[in-house]
Amino acid sequence: MNIGMEIQQAFVVCISAVFTQNILLTYFLGLCPFLGVSREVKTATGLGLAVVFVLTSTCMLNWLVYKYVLVPLGLEFFRFIIFIIVIAAFVQLVEMVIDRYSPSLYQKLGVFLPLITVNCAILGASLFMVIRDYSFIVTIGYGLGSGLGWLLAIIAMAGIRQRLANDRIPAGLQGPGITLIIAGLMALAFMGFSGVLQGR
Amino acid sequence: MVLDILIAVMVVSLIGAVLAALLTISEHFFANYGPCRININDERDVTVQGGKNLLSTLTAEKIFIPSACGGRGTCGLCKLTVLEGGGLLLPTEEPFLEKDEIESNVRLSCQVKVRNDLKIEIDPELFAVREYVCKCADIVDLTHDIKQFRFDLVEPDRMDFVPGQYIQLLSPVYKKGIEEVYRAYSISSDPQRADSIETIIRLVPGGICTTYCFEYLKVGDEVRLNGPYGDFRLSDTDAPIVFIAGGSGMAPIKCILHFMKNTGNKRKATYYFGANKVEELFLLDEMRQFEKELADFTFMPVVVADPDGEDWTGERGLVTDAVQRKVTNAPQCEAYLCGSPGMIDASIKVLTDLGMKEESVFYDKFA
Repeated sequence: MNIGMEIQQAFVVCISAVFTQNILLTYFLGLCPFLGVSREVKTATGLGLAVVFVLTSTCMLNWLVYKYVLVPLGLEFFRFIIFIIVIAAFVQLVEMVIDRYSPSLYQKLGVFLPLITVNCAILGASLFMVIRDYSFIVTIGYGLGSGLGWLLAIIAMAGIRQRLANDRIPAGLQGPGITLIIAGLMALAFMGFSGVLQGR
Repeated sequence: MVLDILIAVMVVSLIGAVLAALLTISEHFFANYGPCRININDERDVTVQGGKNLLSTLTAEKIFIPSACGGRGTCGLCKLTVLEGGGLLLPTEEPFLEKDEIESNVRLSCQVKVRNDLKIEIDPELFAVREYVCKCADIVDLTHDIKQFRFDLVEPDRMDFVPGQYIQLLSPVYKKGIEEVYRAYSISSDPQRADSIETIIRLVPGGICTTYCFEYLKVGDEVRLNGPYGDFRLSDTDAPIVFIAGGSGMAPIKCILHFMKNTGNKRKATYYFGANKVEELFLLDEMRQFEKELADFTFMPVVVADPDGEDWTGERGLVTDAVQRKVTNAPQCEAYLCGSPGMIDASIKVLTDLGMKEESVFYDKFA
């Protein structure tokens, strides 16, 4: 496969990861911060952008680790452990650097990094990329798309929840209850995208 | 086969070790902020190693800021004012702060990182909170289920407190299956004696800390406590005082009475002390002594039960009944209540029915 075709495939995978294969609303990964930090659009955007960055870069890193360390040594079955420690170390490192050199970026993004270190969406994306046997370029598209999909979902959710703040919700459904119902309805709505693209 | 397993384990360990080493090295370079000076309330300077959050840095310096979540930014209790050097307000703090708090530089100390010299302001009362090592110096039986304990302060050797405040006593692991807990007890001692703390404790059946105090603690034992806490205290007015407290609720009232004596306070005061039986009354001699020494103080014990053959000529009935009968100038008075939530709620109702303003009722609920 030549580079041009790969880039084209990466683009298709990226779009499909945002809409039809949304990591949050189709696979329900990364639900914890999705429910916890979706009260305001502003904070949700910050968290979402942090996820985009971490997802893309850890997918790339883990692809390299998998291809050049785990496969040659026949240790593919160790990918769960290795991926998670690579992610944890990377996030910590990034946080330290941002914290040191860019207080304003730290204020916008950095504070969210520890929240998503052990997020299952991040690990999930790395594992999917292995299962689906993506090439490096396609992996970049997939990581970016998954992150953008997560960002889209949490911003939409925060927007809905901000409007909900003034509505009367039955006592038993307040908080996580109504949020999960909304998440379910959003997932149904996203199913509408499935006819648009049949990317893998 | 064995070789495969060994190689696998080694590779994973190696990757882990490399990453850990990388992090440690970069932490040394990136997260090393060197020594930082924290100026607290313009009174005290502490020099600390930067890089950690303010809350844990202060805790390491034995300055205890209350926090329920342990620094994860979810409880919003660890607020303090950062005047200089705190950096930008983080989005993780915003939900916990009111507009006027943001304007006056209030921050969550668990989210503020010590990167440079700081100038902060904390509630002077929190500033005074310390961990104390004490020696149990005296245990006196007051009734069948109430004892008075005296703890001599060893390290630090004195505590300055406002009469009405309480301490938290550490109940250690004294029996298998019992965990360490802190429990709050009001200080009952004379505030002039800053080198020891006295408190009055009622045995709670099955209570972890009271069982420790009643069955395990012996004179001479080492005891740990921290404090002082609380804002229950005598106001600065001249209004006549109604004290209402039964049982171990006498502790802060006794402390306030000592304080009134020491400061020559001339306010009119009446102390309604409720008990079910005559034998549940205690420290009567001390109270009579206060009557003699204070300008205008009346001690009024009130006993519920019919004193079968007991020689009781004082007030009868519930303490609230006595208050209803005796207090004639409620709108001018201030009330200080201490005891169980039920007793306090009943007393507040009686007092407000008598015409006392709700803001003139101060209380310390023993929950």
